[in-house]
Amino acid sequence: MAPLLKIIDYRAYFRTRRGVVRAVDHLSYEIHAGETLGIVGESGSGKSVSQLSYLGLLPKPPLEIVGGEVFFQGQDILKFNQNQLRQIRGSEIAMIFQDPMSSLNPYLKIGTQLIEPIQVHLGKTKKQAWSQGIGALERVGISDAEEAMNSYPHEFSGGMRQRVMIAMALTTKPKLLIADEPTTALDVTVQAQILDLLKDIQKETNMAIILITHDLGVVANISDRIVVMYAGKIFEQGTAESIFYQPAHPYTKALLKSTPRIDQAESRLSVIQGNPPDLSRLGSGCPFYDRCDYRISDCEIAFPNARKPEPNHQSFCHVEVK
Amino acid sequence: MTKILIDESSNETLEKGVSLWKDAYRRLLNNKMAMAGASLLLLELLVAMLTPWIAPYPFELQNLENALAEPSMLHFFGTDNLGRDVFTRVLYGGRISMMVGLLASLVSVGVGVLYGAAAGFFGGRTDNLMMRVVDIMYAIPFLFLVIILMVFFGRNFILLFIALGLTQWLTMARIVRGQVMTLKQKEFIQAARVMGVAPVKILMRHLIPNSLGPVIVYLTLTIPTVILEEAFLSFLGLGVQPPMASWGTLIAEGVEVMEIAWWNLIAPAIFLSLTLFSLNFLGDGLRDALDPKGAKD
Amino acid sequence: MSLNYILKRLAVMIPVFLMVVTLVFFMIRFAPGGPFDSEKAVSPEIMRNLLAKYHMDAPLWKQYLRYLNDLAHFDLGPSFKYANRTVNELIGESFPVSIELGMLSLAWALVIGILAGALAALRPNTLWDYIPMSFSILGICLPTFVIGPGLALAFGLWYDWLPVAGWSSWQHKVLPSLTLGLAYSAFISRLTRGGLIEILNQDFIRTARAKGLSETTVMVKHAFRGGLLPVVSYLGPALAGIITGALVTETIFNIPGLGRFFIQSAVNRDYTVVMGTSLLYFGLIFVSNFFVDILYAWLDPRVRYD
Repeated sequence: MAPLLKIIDYRAYFRTRRGVVRAVDHLSYEIHAGETLGIVGESGSGKSVSQLSYLGLLPKPPLEIVGGEVFFQGQDILKFNQNQLRQIRGSEIAMIFQDPMSSLNPYLKIGTQLIEPIQVHLGKTKKQAWSQGIGALERVGISDAEEAMNSYPHEFSGGMRQRVMIAMALTTKPKLLIADEPTTALDVTVQAQILDLLKDIQKETNMAIILITHDLGVVANISDRIVVMYAGKIFEQGTAESIFYQPAHPYTKALLKSTPRIDQAESRLSVIQGNPPDLSRLGSGCPFYDRCDYRISDCEIAFPNARKPEPNHQSFCHVEVK
Repeated sequence: MTKILIDESSNETLEKGVSLWKDAYRRLLNNKMAMAGASLLLLELLVAMLTPWIAPYPFELQNLENALAEPSMLHFFGTDNLGRDVFTRVLYGGRISMMVGLLASLVSVGVGVLYGAAAGFFGGRTDNLMMRVVDIMYAIPFLFLVIILMVFFGRNFILLFIALGLTQWLTMARIVRGQVMTLKQKEFIQAARVMGVAPVKILMRHLIPNSLGPVIVYLTLTIPTVILEEAFLSFLGLGVQPPMASWGTLIAEGVEVMEIAWWNLIAPAIFLSLTLFSLNFLGDGLRDALDPKGAKD
Repeated sequence: MSLNYILKRLAVMIPVFLMVVTLVFFMIRFAPGGPFDSEKAVSPEIMRNLLAKYHMDAPLWKQYLRYLNDLAHFDLGPSFKYANRTVNELIGESFPVSIELGMLSLAWALVIGILAGALAALRPNTLWDYIPMSFSILGICLPTFVIGPGLALAFGLWYDWLPVAGWSSWQHKVLPSLTLGLAYSAFISRLTRGGLIEILNQDFIRTARAKGLSETTVMVKHAFRGGLLPVVSYLGPALAGIITGALVTETIFNIPGLGRFFIQSAVNRDYTVVMGTSLLYFGLIFVSNFFVDILYAWLDPRVRYD
């Protein structure tokens, strides 16, 4: 089956006064319908930029798409103009963001914002769209949906608002949902509810989900495949199982080790020493060089090619890590 | 005049003590527009003080045969309808305008600082009440009250600058109150209290001097506002009365002969505008220097 | 929006107005140099009118109530200078002109201000931004009585495009309303620019774009509503400023409006006219502030539960 989204050697840089920031550097992965891909990384790893940039949501200077291809349903959308991108945004590809309070317009009613994609992409009238909106809210678990439609964002809690965002994203039955840190701003219990909701909807609609997060717990919960990013590069990708149980990259290993665990008594949390690199000053080698426990001299000179510890599991490292 | 929105909670800058002033001073010095404004103002002040000696002609000297003459080497800005040298009149007018501006601003600072400091210091219900009064008074257009006062009590010079000063004290009070409320929490104030220093002394010796920063900034923005208001009143004939003439009066006279002797209008207008610009730039510069994290336009 | 909110606003406004009105009453009655100061030489006719109107023989509190009653019926009393003419009449002659001037000026201020500010916000740190914002400094610093004559000189005398005195044709109305409007357009353009820039940086604008809405929709439907809020707040002070500014503008351009009449009365010491006009202005300002508050709450739902 052909992938829904296939990204090949994608590169997107920012040209700033301080220099060129290689925000997304040689990214390649694909995702199929009904699949959930988790993109994991620290802040500044390029995980959000990697999605926002090819959708035309970042201003063109300073952003520059330097190369690569992004095939969505067989077409390279990097070649699309603004108009064409606008047509797939919100209809075929939907996005939800991290902070639902600031992501919803505080001055408009929930209903008004919710039905916009329906009106714009499905051409329905306001009345039709409104009743569809009520249905969408009910689908995401908001009772009193009619009253909710007439309310304002500030009247709701964080969890409810995120449900509204999800409802808003789903009205046009998108093929791909990109969720950028959807649970980061929420309480832990609410996080679980939201993730369950997403899984539920995915089963129903066979929608693909790209879940961007820095939280390994969230990723473990919901992903089929995982991509680990660092400083704009892919370090490792594979099925959730292989990443969690057989991590091949030193960074992935370090990440997993540093996650606090309730079932193990530890006196100290293990951390990854050092700091993330300045993205405008990256050399040709591996950006994790300074902080890596397994580094060798090759690592400083050249960025490694992929190793394949298993089929469907890639690790970009010179060293074979057991 | 710049309507400023001073963030009353940005008082943290005071914590840094002496280095704040040095830092602010340096920043101010770097601000070219503010420095230009400051230099111009200093020049004007100097000229204003020396006017009786440097004005080319006596203030009241009339020469009806030479009325409305064009600018020349003898008369830099020509003469007015009574043959008086416009340049001289503008110089003297400047003295009046600036004097009223300063005096009225001092009144507004005086009232505002005392009121605001008291409200901030006493806090609680007193503060609440005092500030509600301020809120309410904000709604009243003061200029009208000034006009009414002038109508009733006659056009008295002293009354003029007191009344003008009273139009501006509200914001000053708010600012000072904000400062005082922040300072109240600081240790050295609490120490003074514990040591039994009388409240009034605490107020005068500690709280007020430490609130000076924003007060100075707002002062430099109050002055042009007041000068403007005085010019406004004088333009309408309700401000300073003959034989005194401020820039506002001169502009009004200039408007009357605008069609045949426009230089009468331009001279005071330019001087007034330059002064207002300089004050505004200086005020903006001071504000940026003392509170660099304030939102830049 | 709750009745509660509206009532709360009224509850603040009415006592203030009452306070001002009372102050006016006492000023007329007792101020030295006021109309009832025995030193004043007033024509017998006028004195008669005044006595009749104000019932000077009645106890003070009765006079006060009568005064309030008159006000409630919008009766502002007899003129102090023109025998047999009431303040209402005199005001009525010139008020409509001022209203027209005020509305036109406000229109200029809003149109120029919002356009300039929006352009600057959409293309920040370019010429579209620098040039209008520099001009706005002029508008903010220069007083109306400098801008007015300046414009009159430039377009009325040197270039003879527009008339500089009177109010008869539409050409007459351009310069005065432009003069008055320019100063406020300067403030409005800055507020618009600031407000829009801040809104455009907010996440919900990104959401709107992510939904595939056209840029126009994003701007007009999503950005403007929040971005223009500072302008709405400013409408109150702007209106008060326009009223005050009209005093000067009408004088410069010789417009037969209430402002010019007010100044003349002030110079002539027609106390009742001065007081009556002031009360009218105060009333206008309070009422418009009230409506601006309501408008703001309508636009920003978060404020309604104050």
